[in-house]
Amino acid sequence: MAINWFKYSAPTTFYPLAGKLIPWFAISSLILFAVGLYIGFVVAPADAQQGEFYRIIFIHVPSSIISMFLYLIMAAYAALGLIFNTRLSSMMASAIAPTGALFAFISLWTGALWGKPMWGAWWVWDARLTSELILLFLYLGFIALHASIDDPRRADRAAALLAIVGSVNVPIIYFSVKWWNTLHQGSTIKYSGTSMHIAMQQAMFTMLAACWLYAIAIALTRVRSIILERERNSKWITELAEVKS
Amino acid sequence: MKKLSLISLFVLVMRRDLVLAMRRRADVLTTLIFFVMVVSLFPLGVGPEMDMLRKMAPGVLWVAALLSSMLSLGRLFSADYLDGTLEQMLLAPQSLSVLVLGKMVSHWMVSGLPLVLLTPVLGLQFDMSAPAIGVLMLGLLLGTPILSMVGAIGAALTLGLRGGGVLLSLLVLPLCIPVLIFGTGAVQAVSSGLNVSAHLSLMGALLVLALAFTPWVTAQALRISME
Amino acid sequence: MARNGQMLSYIILRCSISGLYFMLEVSNLACSRGDHRLFSGLSFALYPGQIMQIQGANGSGKTSLLRTLCGFIMPDEGKISWDGTDVKDLDEDYFAQMIYLGHLNAIKDELSALENLRISAGLSGVELNEKDAISALRRMGLKGRERLPTKVLSQGQRRRVALARLLVNDAALWVLDEPLAALDVGAVALIGELIAEHLAGQGMVIFTTHQPLIVAGMEMRSLSLS
Repeated sequence: MAINWFKYSAPTTFYPLAGKLIPWFAISSLILFAVGLYIGFVVAPADAQQGEFYRIIFIHVPSSIISMFLYLIMAAYAALGLIFNTRLSSMMASAIAPTGALFAFISLWTGALWGKPMWGAWWVWDARLTSELILLFLYLGFIALHASIDDPRRADRAAALLAIVGSVNVPIIYFSVKWWNTLHQGSTIKYSGTSMHIAMQQAMFTMLAACWLYAIAIALTRVRSIILERERNSKWITELAEVKS
Repeated sequence: MKKLSLISLFVLVMRRDLVLAMRRRADVLTTLIFFVMVVSLFPLGVGPEMDMLRKMAPGVLWVAALLSSMLSLGRLFSADYLDGTLEQMLLAPQSLSVLVLGKMVSHWMVSGLPLVLLTPVLGLQFDMSAPAIGVLMLGLLLGTPILSMVGAIGAALTLGLRGGGVLLSLLVLPLCIPVLIFGTGAVQAVSSGLNVSAHLSLMGALLVLALAFTPWVTAQALRISME
Repeated sequence: MARNGQMLSYIILRCSISGLYFMLEVSNLACSRGDHRLFSGLSFALYPGQIMQIQGANGSGKTSLLRTLCGFIMPDEGKISWDGTDVKDLDEDYFAQMIYLGHLNAIKDELSALENLRISAGLSGVELNEKDAISALRRMGLKGRERLPTKVLSQGQRRRVALARLLVNDAALWVLDEPLAALDVGAVALIGELIAEHLAGQGMVIFTTHQPLIVAGMEMRSLSLS
C-alpha cells in the first residue's frame, strides 16, 4: 500500500500526527539519556591520561555533531519551503533553529568546561571550537532575521535564503578556520580516539541517539505551537479540542 | 525605440550610483573617517609598543575594513527602496542580477577602494614593512569586493526592517570570516618570509565564487523583501 | 466581493489583426496581507485599447492588486496571464511589456529631471537620448526645469517627471497607482490626453484614482474591490 506522503505535508494532518509521535520520541529519549549517562558515568572506566574529566565528551561530542547536522537539516527544510512554497517545511526550519542553537551553545559550554582542567584555560582558539562558535552566530543570525520580519511569509523566505547561503558557506568557513588554526599552531582537542574503551563507545552512541530523539521531540513540539499560531484564524484550529477548552 | 544592452545597463547603474555618491559626498567621507578612526584607536587601547602593533596591524585594518563596509552597506538599497526606484529596478526587463552587480561594483568603488588606498598611510602608523603593506593592499583589493557582494545579500534581506543596520552586521560578519582569515594570513606569511600565493589565490577563488553567485542571490533576496 | 468572472465567458476576441497585440487576463486571483484576505476569486481581462479603473475604499487592496499584477506580490491563488502565458513563466519578457507607476515617484533629489528620466528609461530597457528626453519633459510642462536638481521642484512637478516615463516607453500595459496625486488641473487634463493616445495605439491602462479622470472618447471599465 502506497502511503501518500504529501498528505502529511499539510499542517492540518501533520498537527495531530506530531502530537501522537511526540510522547514516543520524548520517552525513548529520556530512557536513552538515563542509560547513556549511567554507562558514561558509572560503567565506563576512567581515561588513562585525562582521568575523570574526559566524561564530559559524552555530552560535548553528541551536541557538536547534532548542532552541525541540524543546521543542514534546517537549511534543507528552509530550501524546500522556498522552492515549493510548502508552509510546513518553513515552519519546520524555524522550529529546528532554536534547538540547533541550543546544541551549539551546549557544545561550546562543555568544551570550555573540558578545556579548563585539560589546558588550564576556559577558552582555546581551537579549530573545532571556533567553527562551533561561528555556527552559533549563523543560527543566531537566522533566528534574529526571522524574528525581525513581521510578515511570516517574507520572514520564512528571507531566513531560508540566509540559511542556504550559510550552508554553502559552512564548508568554506570550516576549511578557512582549520587553515588558520594550523598556521598558528594552536592546540587541538584530541579525544582518546582509536583506543576507546567499548563502554565509552556505547555511552557515546547512546547519548547521541538520546540527543537526536530529544531534538526531534522538541522540534515537533515547537512546530505544533508554530502551526497553532500561524493558522489561528483557520477553521480546523478553532475546532481543536485543546483550543476549545 | 533603442533597446539597452546588458553592458550598457551595468554601466548605467554603476554610473548612476557613482554620481549619486559624488553628490552626497558626506556619506562616503564619514565611512572613511570611521575606518581611520577605528584603526587609530587600537594603539591608544593596547599601548604604543611597535612590535605588538606591527603584529596586530593586518588584523586591525581588516576588522576595521569589515566594520566600515557594514556601515555603508545599509545604504546600498535603502535609499532606492524608500523613493521607489527599487520597484522600478525589479521591473527591469533585462536582468536584475546585472543591475545588482552594477550597484555592488559602485559600492565597492566608493567604500572599498578608498580603504585600499588609505592602507599605506595607516600601515605606516603601525610600522609595517613595505612588502607587508603591499600584500595587505593586494589582499584588501581582492577581499573588499567580496565584502560588498556578500554584504549586499544581507542588505537586501534586511531591507526596510527596524534595526536593519545591526541585524545586517549580525548576518553578514560570520559569512565574511574566511575573507578575514585569508587576508590577514597573507600579511603574516609575508612577514615571516613565507610564500603568500596560497592565501591570495584562495582569496581570488572566493572572489570568483562571489562574482558568480552573489548577484543572483541578492536579486532573489530583493524580490523576497519587496513583496 | 467583485466577481467579474462573467467577463471570461465572453467570446475572447483577441485583436489579432496584425498578430502583435497582447492582452492581460486575470483569473480567480486571491491576495492577502498578513492574516487579512484582501480579495479572492477576482477575474477580469483587459484587451488592447481598453482602460480599467480599480475602485474601492482605502485599504481595500487596490495597491496590492496593482503590485500583484507587477509580480511584486505572489498571489495566494489564481493566475495572471499575458497573451495566454502565465506571467510567472514570462518573467522579464512580461516586464518589457508593462510600465508601473507607483505611489512613489522613483526619482532622486540629487539628480536633474533630465538625468532622472534618462536613468529610469534605461532601467526599463530603453536607451533614451537627450533630445527625446528633453522633448518628453517639455510635453510634461517642465520646460526650463530640465536641468535643475529635482529637489528644488514642487511635488506636482516631481510627479510630472515621473509621469514623463510614460512618454518614452513603448510598453503596451500601463499600471498606474494614483497617477493624479499632487497634479494640478492642467496636468490632469494632460494625463487624460496621454492615456487617450496610448489607448488609440492599442495600449492598455489599469489604474486607481480618487480624482475624476476624463479620457476622451473611451469607455471606462471599472472594477470595484470591497
